[in-house]
Amino acid sequence: MKSIIKTMALTAAVAAAPVIAAADGHGDDLNYILVSHAPDSDSWWNTIKNGIALAGEQLDVTVEYRNPPTGDLADMARIIEQAAASDPDGIITTLADYDVLSGPIRAAVDQGIDVIIMNSGTPEQVRELGALMFVGQPEYDAGLAAGQRAAADGVESFVCVNHVISNTVVAERCRGFADGLGVELGDSMIDSGQDPAEIKNRVTAYLTANPETDAILTLGPTSADPTIQAVKEMGLDGEIYFGTFDLGTEIVNAIKDGTINWGIDQQPFLQAYLPVVVLANYDRYGVLPGNNINSGPGFVTADGLEKVEEFAGEFR
Amino acid sequence: MADTPQVALDERVKEISPLRRALIRPELGGIIGAVAVFTFFALLAHDSGMFNAQGVMNWSTVSAQFMIIAVGACLLMIAGEFDLSVGSMIGFAGMMVAIFGVTLGWPMWLAILVTFAICIAFGALNGYIVVRTGLPSFIVTLATLFILRGFTIFIPQTIERKTIIGGIREAAEGDWLAPIFGGKIGGSLFQWLGDAGVIGTFSRGNRAGQPVVDGIPMLIVWAIVLVIFGHILLTRTRFGNWIFAAGGDAQAARYAGVPVNAVKIRMFMFTAFCATVFAVCQVMEFGSAGADRGLLKEFEAIIAVVIGGALLTGGYGSVIGAALGALIFGVVQQGLFFANVESSLFRVFLGVILLLAVILNTYIRRLITGER
Repeated sequence: MKSIIKTMALTAAVAAAPVIAAADGHGDDLNYILVSHAPDSDSWWNTIKNGIALAGEQLDVTVEYRNPPTGDLADMARIIEQAAASDPDGIITTLADYDVLSGPIRAAVDQGIDVIIMNSGTPEQVRELGALMFVGQPEYDAGLAAGQRAAADGVESFVCVNHVISNTVVAERCRGFADGLGVELGDSMIDSGQDPAEIKNRVTAYLTANPETDAILTLGPTSADPTIQAVKEMGLDGEIYFGTFDLGTEIVNAIKDGTINWGIDQQPFLQAYLPVVVLANYDRYGVLPGNNINSGPGFVTADGLEKVEEFAGEFR
Repeated sequence: MADTPQVALDERVKEISPLRRALIRPELGGIIGAVAVFTFFALLAHDSGMFNAQGVMNWSTVSAQFMIIAVGACLLMIAGEFDLSVGSMIGFAGMMVAIFGVTLGWPMWLAILVTFAICIAFGALNGYIVVRTGLPSFIVTLATLFILRGFTIFIPQTIERKTIIGGIREAAEGDWLAPIFGGKIGGSLFQWLGDAGVIGTFSRGNRAGQPVVDGIPMLIVWAIVLVIFGHILLTRTRFGNWIFAAGGDAQAARYAGVPVNAVKIRMFMFTAFCATVFAVCQVMEFGSAGADRGLLKEFEAIIAVVIGGALLTGGYGSVIGAALGALIFGVVQQGLFFANVESSLFRVFLGVILLLAVILNTYIRRLITGER
């Protein structure tokens, strides 16, 4: 009796074996490498790691994460060269410094490896390098979308609180916002500096001098946190339209209590997850989206906060 | 260590078999380590592209980078001192080349030479402060680390309002000195190898048909030249003996007439020179200087030297050993990627290898010197 059961079990196992194998994969062994420019200490990239792990699991491909431990871009260039030498099916990389990284990336493309640029870089640079596409948040487009949203809510004038005035890329957010509203940027952008007290005082001064200002746009937690205080002290919370880029603890709380209307998330999860999906389907079925993918702006409002808080640091 | 012909048999001179004499050298640990590491990766990552032309070039380049700074760190460590400002010096030197050559628009050769002068002067200052104050070099160069890194961030921010300055490659076009740091040699040989199918060629793009490796970067040439120079200086010259003496017992060396202070200051200058070579090669290759370049490179240099068998306390070590240490370090660092090891475990491996190397080297040193 026992032996019969054993035989039956064995037969079943043998019969099922090919079925299991088929269910288990596509019969290919796709292998991708994501190279970031972030040092080990940067927690923002944890979301990226989780994103590629999830995509790898769901699509049955191998995705590895590599980064220069100290964030040294020259080391990153060597890692891209190394990745190309190990001949993977695709490389996903950021373009943190075009001068340093263009050589290794172009060599990988010439070698016949599919490359997708994520997070940083411009569509022009991506085209120039012969990469498949760019997945990230183009700053101007994010600002434009935010401006259109504000215009729909009846905003006609705004002030942009810029704490990184020397960074031309980030300033594009303000230009986009102005274009979205259909107004001139002109004097609406203030150089707030990095010091919290100075930021607060400058915002207060501006709003006092220009009481007809409809909206405030801040470009990150650095300028948002003191601006929240300034707005509350002037009694304008909930009164003035307030949007910000990026999320932080203070920003989330301000969204909760209605001081901030929305925060813009560039959704790093998508920057990691989507390139893997695109590459896997390109390798398997030869299909490719016809344009770059914008991972942001993702608008976070009081309605969507639950998920943000639940997955903060993991997928958000 | 020149052999003196033995006229009469002296009871103080112990007979050692030639085999044993060949074995007990400071480099022994490095040699064993290098063989072990290559064997390990040959078994684990032989089909991952680690040993094709591109892969070999990749870990060779990384090892050469370590080698350049390890030679300086090694000689300085044998002279009994430390330099923790190497990493900052790399960032600083690269930035100086960018400021002089791109922002101020000087001819590139002048920018490079002035950068060398400034950095070697900083090295001399390090050495001067150490020998004048008698403070541990660890503390003095730690201060230099912060000072140089601060300047590297401050200067471009005030002048250019950004921390990465590009356009160095364009500024170096047609310069006579720049190719000595950023050029490649042996292009035709590699083209021939590519045509013969020995190494891979690009399959598409505007470089189709060209070999994937198109020459040996000058970085590697510099590494080899510096290793040979350092080895000869240390083992074949009087100055080399002074280096050992200065690090072994400075007071005794002074009594014997060795100019200990001058030796130490010169070694600090040489370390700065090596860091500058590294930096100039880097900016010529990548075409931009960044304020955060070279972070923690001083420890990487020290690790390579220690794996190579030198003593932290000075007076013992070898340049060949340091070069092997740099090779081990480079091969392990890139090899772990090839072997698909989880990158967050990279430091664990590094720590284990460092510990094993030091234990092995201590054992070998006791064999050689007879200390207990």
